[in-house]
Amino acid sequence: MRRFAVIAVACAAVYFLAIPFAFRGSPYILSVLTNAAIAAVISSGVWLTFAIGRINIAQGAFCMIGGYATAVLTTRYGVPFWICLPLSGLAAAAFGALIGWPLLRLKGVYFSMISLSLTEAVRLAFLNGGKLTNEASGIVGIPGPGAVSIAGIELIPAFDGSSPLPFYYLSALLLAGTLLALWRIMNCRIGWVFRSLRLNEELASSMGVNVAAYRVLAFSLSSFIGGVGGSFYAVYQQNIYPASYTVTDSMNYMLYCFLGGLDYVLGALVGAFTLVLSFELLHALQTYQTLIYAGIMILAMLLLPNGIISFPMFHGGRAASRGGGR
Amino acid sequence: MEDLLGAISLQTLVNGLVTGSIYALIALGLTLIFGIMRVVNFAHGQMYMLGAFAVYYLYAEAKFNYVLALVLAIVLVGIVGYLFEVLLFRRVMRVATREENTMLLAMGTAILLENGALLAFGEKQRGVPPLIDGVLRIGEAYLPYSRLLVTVLALLLVAVLILFVRYTRTGRAMRALAQDREAACLQGVNVDRLSALGFAIGAALAGAAGGLLVTVFAINSGAGTAVSVKAFTMIMLGGAGVIAGAILGGLTLGFAEAIGYEAFPGSITYLIIFIGLILFLIVRPQGILGKPER
Repeated sequence: MRRFAVIAVACAAVYFLAIPFAFRGSPYILSVLTNAAIAAVISSGVWLTFAIGRINIAQGAFCMIGGYATAVLTTRYGVPFWICLPLSGLAAAAFGALIGWPLLRLKGVYFSMISLSLTEAVRLAFLNGGKLTNEASGIVGIPGPGAVSIAGIELIPAFDGSSPLPFYYLSALLLAGTLLALWRIMNCRIGWVFRSLRLNEELASSMGVNVAAYRVLAFSLSSFIGGVGGSFYAVYQQNIYPASYTVTDSMNYMLYCFLGGLDYVLGALVGAFTLVLSFELLHALQTYQTLIYAGIMILAMLLLPNGIISFPMFHGGRAASRGGGR
Repeated sequence: MEDLLGAISLQTLVNGLVTGSIYALIALGLTLIFGIMRVVNFAHGQMYMLGAFAVYYLYAEAKFNYVLALVLAIVLVGIVGYLFEVLLFRRVMRVATREENTMLLAMGTAILLENGALLAFGEKQRGVPPLIDGVLRIGEAYLPYSRLLVTVLALLLVAVLILFVRYTRTGRAMRALAQDREAACLQGVNVDRLSALGFAIGAALAGAAGGLLVTVFAINSGAGTAVSVKAFTMIMLGGAGVIAGAILGGLTLGFAEAIGYEAFPGSITYLIIFIGLILFLIVRPQGILGKPER
């Protein structure tokens, strides 16, 4: 446990200090890392629905809801970003709870197929949203986060867009916060209830677990994370369109978890960074980029069917332990 | 005014039958693979796209006879499906500890096919000229002979598949495998051979649908995902793994689409279809003809 804490602090130090210092002259690399970090946040939400045994291909829908919530609140009502961020998460979570209550009764491939349709349905809803969503032209010119000051002392300066560092740090903080929260959840009673749902819902129910309520809890937590990620992206990109999140995006968020490993909280992070960074590295290969990317995915499934973290090297040669929360 | 309404509805029904019968073909392929292997083939739409492009190149570019081009396209996509099963799915199913692993693999193959197609065929929208000239008049509705032909071909393929699954030895073994994998194994059913064959037939059906529908709607390399989403809608509606359910789901979606496009502007049709699907699944999670999940 202490070893784990030391490693975590070391990683955080590298990510918060060494990397920004080393790449201070290259905004491109910092923006790629920002993207990877938020992709990791969003797919951590999907990871949580995996923990209860549901394959969630709807995360794009919740990012979209979060993104539009932020876009509408900041551009139409002048609400500051720092208030929009949690509000967007809550909006996504509320929708998640509402739609999750009936849909989570479906299992396995049925749930994954309907969640896929949900992504498409939400996209079409925003596309036909009239004046509220501006239809296909989307909402552009979303203002960046403003300054926050308490009693005249400026705690957070306004993001002026001249440096990629503020967004880099914000994404890193969101990622750290999400991982800590997930780790905490998975190591307390709720986490064990979630795992019991994945292993056997009937048995859990017979032990007195309110299966439906916990399913909805996990799903709305996942949606909350998706909404926060979507809110960040909307402000980071300064715009949002109905085409911002498609079925492909929802599938990608799910794939990151898969490829990282479903048995570990860090799975989504490992998968997201591996795939987002390798996709960027392959950029030099131009037209063959996505083709090779698909090849990597297929090879990973053939060679590491239980995720990158299950690679024996990370366990000192031991086989990966199953069902742990680390 | 009443005449106009009547014409719209008859024309709509004709249009619905054309797309519905081909959609049934798409859903059949997906449900066959799902029934036999418990794999949701996310690359199903890409197989459709491949079949459509094969027909485009053979029929419109190389000037082959249409039926010959269609048969070649079906065989080609069938071989792709066969190779996927033998080279990829079989291996992953052997080592995977979660059944979801095959889903990731299927998505990987979908991305592979889509980008391969983008490189090979480009981004352009491709359509083929009508197969036969002339239009059939049914009362107030018009049905081009070309569309009539592809509809008949689609219904013919559906009939052949049903006869095959129902009355041949191999078809019976496939149904047994779908019903109870272990019991089928114990009775000496060769699972490996049948899985490969089932995947090949399922893919071939998607390819056939693509080859048929390319005469009605133009195709492009990126069309696959949308077709997959439609295919999922159909089998969820009808019940996954059930042959009759797939046909019912395909026809239902075909008619719903035709009526929706007539009644609402643009993309609202599919929004309504998805909302309807979600509401329907709340009432009946296993679909119209599906068996409840154990």
